[in-house]
Amino acid sequence: MDQTPINLLEIKDLKKTFSISGGLFRQLTLTALENINFNIRQGETLGIVGESGCGKSTLGRCILQLLTPDEGQVLWLGQDLTRLPAEEMRKRRADLQIIFQDPLASLNPRMTVGEIIADPLRTLRPEMNKEERRARVLKIMEAVGLLPEMINRYPHEFSGGQAQRIGIARALITEPKLIVCDEPVSALDVSIQAQILNLLAELKDEFGLTLIFISHNLSVVRHVSDRILVLYLGRIVELATGDEIYDDPRHPYTRALLTAVPIPDPKLARQRNIDALKGEIPSPINPPSGCTFRTRCRFAKPFCAETRPPLEMIEDGRLVACHRWREIEVPEEAVLGA
Amino acid sequence: MKTVLSVEDMSVTFALHQSEVHAVREMNFSLSEGETLAVVGESGSGKSQAFLAIMGLLAKNGQAGGRAMMGDINLIGMAPRQLDTHRGKDIAMIFQDPMTSLNPTLKVKTQLSEVLVKHRGFDQRKATMAAVEMLERVGIPEPVKRANAYPHELSGGMRQRVMIAMALLCQPKILIADEPTTALDVTVQAQMLDLFKTLTDDFGTSLVLITHDLGVVAGVADRMMVMYGGRAVEKGTVDDLFYDPRHPYTLGLLHSTPHIAHRTARLDPIQGLPPSLEHLPKGCSFNPRCAFAFDRCLAERPPLADTGNGREKACFYEGPMAYGKVA
Repeated sequence: MDQTPINLLEIKDLKKTFSISGGLFRQLTLTALENINFNIRQGETLGIVGESGCGKSTLGRCILQLLTPDEGQVLWLGQDLTRLPAEEMRKRRADLQIIFQDPLASLNPRMTVGEIIADPLRTLRPEMNKEERRARVLKIMEAVGLLPEMINRYPHEFSGGQAQRIGIARALITEPKLIVCDEPVSALDVSIQAQILNLLAELKDEFGLTLIFISHNLSVVRHVSDRILVLYLGRIVELATGDEIYDDPRHPYTRALLTAVPIPDPKLARQRNIDALKGEIPSPINPPSGCTFRTRCRFAKPFCAETRPPLEMIEDGRLVACHRWREIEVPEEAVLGA
Repeated sequence: MKTVLSVEDMSVTFALHQSEVHAVREMNFSLSEGETLAVVGESGSGKSQAFLAIMGLLAKNGQAGGRAMMGDINLIGMAPRQLDTHRGKDIAMIFQDPMTSLNPTLKVKTQLSEVLVKHRGFDQRKATMAAVEMLERVGIPEPVKRANAYPHELSGGMRQRVMIAMALLCQPKILIADEPTTALDVTVQAQMLDLFKTLTDDFGTSLVLITHDLGVVAGVADRMMVMYGGRAVEKGTVDDLFYDPRHPYTLGLLHSTPHIAHRTARLDPIQGLPPSLEHLPKGCSFNPRCAFAFDRCLAERPPLADTGNGREKACFYEGPMAYGKVA
C-alpha cells in the first residue's frame, strides 16, 4: 500500500430500506442499512462480516449501484455514484465489478465460457473488435488458471471451483479497480476454497485491485483482509485492521462472533471458553431501541436501551459503536484461547 | 466401551444408464456408546451416501452391500417395513437443510409427536407434551408457541433445533448428523455444537458428524475418518490426525483450512480437483493430486492398513511430510 493511501471510495450516511407487505393494506419498512460511513483505500482488502440478514450483501450492492440507496453518498474518487446519470454510470461499471457466491447460477448456461467472459466488453468496450476481444479473453483465462481449450465449452461442464474462476475472469476482463466479492468461496470444497483464495490474492497483486470481501466465514475474512467491518442489523458496530479485530476486539458483538468461530485445532478448541451469544438476531422490521445489540449483549445496562451508541473513533482510525467499550475488559488470553 | 454400530465391508453402488458408479467401497468402522465420530471429506467422497445407505435412504438406483450391525441386527438390505421399527427409535439422521426435511404444511408439534405415537404408543396429548418439553430441552425459547408454528415461521437455527428435537424424541442410541451446521451462522453453529456435546456426554448418544469443516470436527469429535474417492483413507483420534496426519490428503485438508488465530500469507492447498467417481485414477485415487506419489502409487491401490495405536491409513508413502511440500 502507498504511504498516503488514496480513498477510492467514501461511503457517507448510507441508508437503504425495503418496503415489504405486512398483510392486506399494510406496508412495513425494513431498514437494511443505516448510518453507514466508511472509506475504502486504494489497494486494500476490506472484509465485511456479520450474520445472515445483517445487510452485508445489500451494502455491496448499494456500493455498486445495483441497488439504489435511499439516502447518503457513494463517492468514487470524489464523484457521487448515486447521482450519476445512467449512461455515465454504465461507463463507470468497468471500474467496479462483482463476483457472486454461487458460481454456476451466475453463469448463463447457454453461453460458452469465451462468450461469458467477453460479455462485459460488448457494452463497456464497444470499440474492441472480435480478435482483440478474443485475445483479451485468452489472456485473462490464463491469469485465472483456465486452459485456452476451455473457451468453447459451456458452464455445466465445469466444477464449482472452475466455474468460480470463470466468474472471476468475467469480473477482471474490464480491468476493474474494485471488485466486490460476495461470499466467493462459500459454496466450494475446502481444497478448492483455498485455491480460489490464493488466486484472488495473486490477482490482487498482479492487477493492483482493491477488494471488498463479504463473507460469513470469519476465518476466511481474517485470512484475506487488511481491515474488517463488522455489521449488526444494518449498522456498523466495529471497523479496524484484521489484527486489531482478532487480537483485541472492542465491541461485545465482535467478541462473541470471534469466540464462536470453530478453530481447526483440537486442544485449543477444548480449552476455549465460548462466549456463546444467546438467542438470534432480532427482526430488522422492529429492531430493539437504543443499541440494537443490547438484547443479546452480556454487558448491556438499562441505559443501552435509551440511546443509540454513535460510531466513535477510538484509536488510529479504529471505529466502535458501543456505550461501554471503555469499561469492557478484554480477557487476557483474548478470544482465541491461544 | 460398548459398540453400538459396527459397519463391515460396506459398499454403495449406483446404476447409471450404461454403467455403475461405486460411491462407497470397503467401508469398515465401529461406533462406541457416547462417542462422536467425524466423517470428513469433500463432495463426492461418499461420506453422505454411506450413511444414507445405513438408514435405508439411498436413491432408487442405489444398492448397498456389506453389513451395518446394530447389536445383532443388520440394517443393510433390511425390508423398509422392518427398518421403520428401528429408524427414529434406535438410529436417527438429521440433514443440512432443515427446511427441506420438514413438512411445510404441518405444524411443528404434529411432526414431532408423530414419532412418539408411532414408536412408543403415546396418545396424541401426551406426545404433544413430550414434544414441547423436547423443544425446550434443545434450547427453543417459547416452546409452546413454536410448537404451534409452521416451519416457515421459524428461523434457520430454530428449524435445525426442531430437526434435532425430532431426532431425539425417541432417544435413539445413534444420531447421524449430515453437515448439520453448514447452513447456519457461526453464533448459531456454536450453540448447536454445544447441544451435541450435551447429548453425547449426558445422554450417552453416539454421534456421527458428517462434515467438510475441520474446525467443527476439532471442537466436538473424538475420532475421525477421512474419506476420498469413496474410501476411507485415514482413521484415528482427532488429536492424532490433526497433530500428526499420516495421509497426504489429511495433511492437505489441514493446510487448506484457514485458521482464525494464525494468519499466513498464502494457504497451501491441494492442487487439482476431487476425482469423478466414474473415472477414478488407477492405483491410489489421490495420486494425481499428491506431492509424495511415487511409481507404486500409480500402479497399485494402497489398502487401508493398521499403523499401530488404533490408527489406520491407506498410503504407501512412509517418509516425512514437511509443511509446504504438499503444493
